[in-house]
Amino acid sequence: MRRPSRLLIASVALLGSLGAACGSHDADTAASATGDVTVFAAASLTAAFTEIGDAFMVEYPESKVTFNFAASSELVTQIGEGAPADVFASADKGNMIKLADAGNNATEPQVFATNLLEIMVGPGNPKGITGIADLADENLVVVVCAPEVPCGTYAAQIFESAGVTVTPKSLEQNVKAVVGKVTLGEADAGIVYRTDVTAAGDKAAGVEIPAATNVVAEYPIAVTKEAANTQGAQAFIDFVNSEQGQKILASYGFLAP
Amino acid sequence: MSRSRRRGRRVSLPVPVLALAVVAVVFFALPLVGLLWRAPWSNAWAYLTEEHALTALRLSLICSLWATLLSVVFGVPLAWLLARVEFPGRGVVRALCTLSMVLPPVVGGVALFFALGRRGLVGQYLDRWFDFRLPFTTAGVVVAQTFVAMPFLVITVEAALRQLDQRVEDASRTLGASRWYTFRRVTLPAIRPAFVAGAVLAWARALGEFGATITFAGNFPGTTQTMPLAVYLALETNPEQAIVLALLLIAISFAVLVGLRDRWFGRSDRSAVTVLA
Repeated sequence: MRRPSRLLIASVALLGSLGAACGSHDADTAASATGDVTVFAAASLTAAFTEIGDAFMVEYPESKVTFNFAASSELVTQIGEGAPADVFASADKGNMIKLADAGNNATEPQVFATNLLEIMVGPGNPKGITGIADLADENLVVVVCAPEVPCGTYAAQIFESAGVTVTPKSLEQNVKAVVGKVTLGEADAGIVYRTDVTAAGDKAAGVEIPAATNVVAEYPIAVTKEAANTQGAQAFIDFVNSEQGQKILASYGFLAP
Repeated sequence: MSRSRRRGRRVSLPVPVLALAVVAVVFFALPLVGLLWRAPWSNAWAYLTEEHALTALRLSLICSLWATLLSVVFGVPLAWLLARVEFPGRGVVRALCTLSMVLPPVVGGVALFFALGRRGLVGQYLDRWFDFRLPFTTAGVVVAQTFVAMPFLVITVEAALRQLDQRVEDASRTLGASRWYTFRRVTLPAIRPAFVAGAVLAWARALGEFGATITFAGNFPGTTQTMPLAVYLALETNPEQAIVLALLLIAISFAVLVGLRDRWFGRSDRSAVTVLA
């Protein structure tokens, strides 16, 4: 790739800051983005953000988006240890607060999407599970996330508000591991995100959890303090919030904030 | 014993070799020093004595010892077969039996599902006929650990058996010793260092096993949550505790490795090293 001259970068930055100062444009037509933008995003955003990244690079051909997908908590640790991130997108508020408490965010975190939890079962729901109450059955193999990770905290909250005691066979280290156990047929049911059920296609089915007992998972995003490309970082966040970005997120089962 | 034999022996090393070796030592030591540096020493004892940490440690020790035992029971005959019996496709069989060393452990865990899971090739019959399931059980942890650990014993013992002068065994047989007696009194003592090294390697690998275990056996305190799994999950919420637990695991492995070397291989650290200037 050809490196843009320093003068060009400086003038773009100047234009950008002028534009920001005037506040004359909306999120859809943010200042142009150039150079590398490194996005650290929660694993559950992998598919949606990859597509958003491609669309972003079409919109801003001078830019290149690179992703690092991992558990939100892992990403917070990596950023804390000096990993080069421009943007951090978390799957829960807790990890964003952890990042902010360490003073590693440059902009106020902003919720860009929400997700609901669902019961994932085998294709065609062979065990005829209709709701949380059914999961109390000792003969069912139920797996959930460990309480140390967000999806596990949410699962515990759901069981509590439904007043159901569930004895899981395993506390998985992340939601994809729960998905794997259900799609492989080793578990009869698992608590996962709505987006995971969408992504699993015909390998699994979902049983909705009523709003009264469900949890709304919020996904916040922010520019990091050590961002090398704040301009590009902000442009990426604006793009995620744009109509196009939100449409991509919706196609993966995410809900608008 | 060997202690006196080696005493006072001086070994000279060319400077470049020594320099590279020192770099290697630093490479291994530095991450450990990093852990020690970040360890929250004031809270260490409280973290270590937390019940779930002790439960995980107990489970780790029990499962890894079982995995070592199974590796020995099945691995020594396998090594014997590979070293002594000429049969077509021996190279393929050897590669097959050591495949799990290079396989990403998580893939190994998934493969175990396909074989021994509730819907697996064999597992479905275990489930249907005997109502027996391996996933999410302590036995499943032992199976996952054995799967990744046994090759370490097999290749070590096989190499030793190949190097062993078979005429010694032949002599024993011609003098009227039975096969079992020859194995016990001639072969085994001759390959003992390799046997112990292989068993220790297998045990260490089983103790640190993470990927296959969490995939195949899952993670539940008391039944399948071994120490590496507990460390990984502690990293999510309490990195300080994770460091302390990791150090405990390292300390135990270290003690065993150092202790066994001295006990079984003779002390080699007494030989002095001088630099050729």
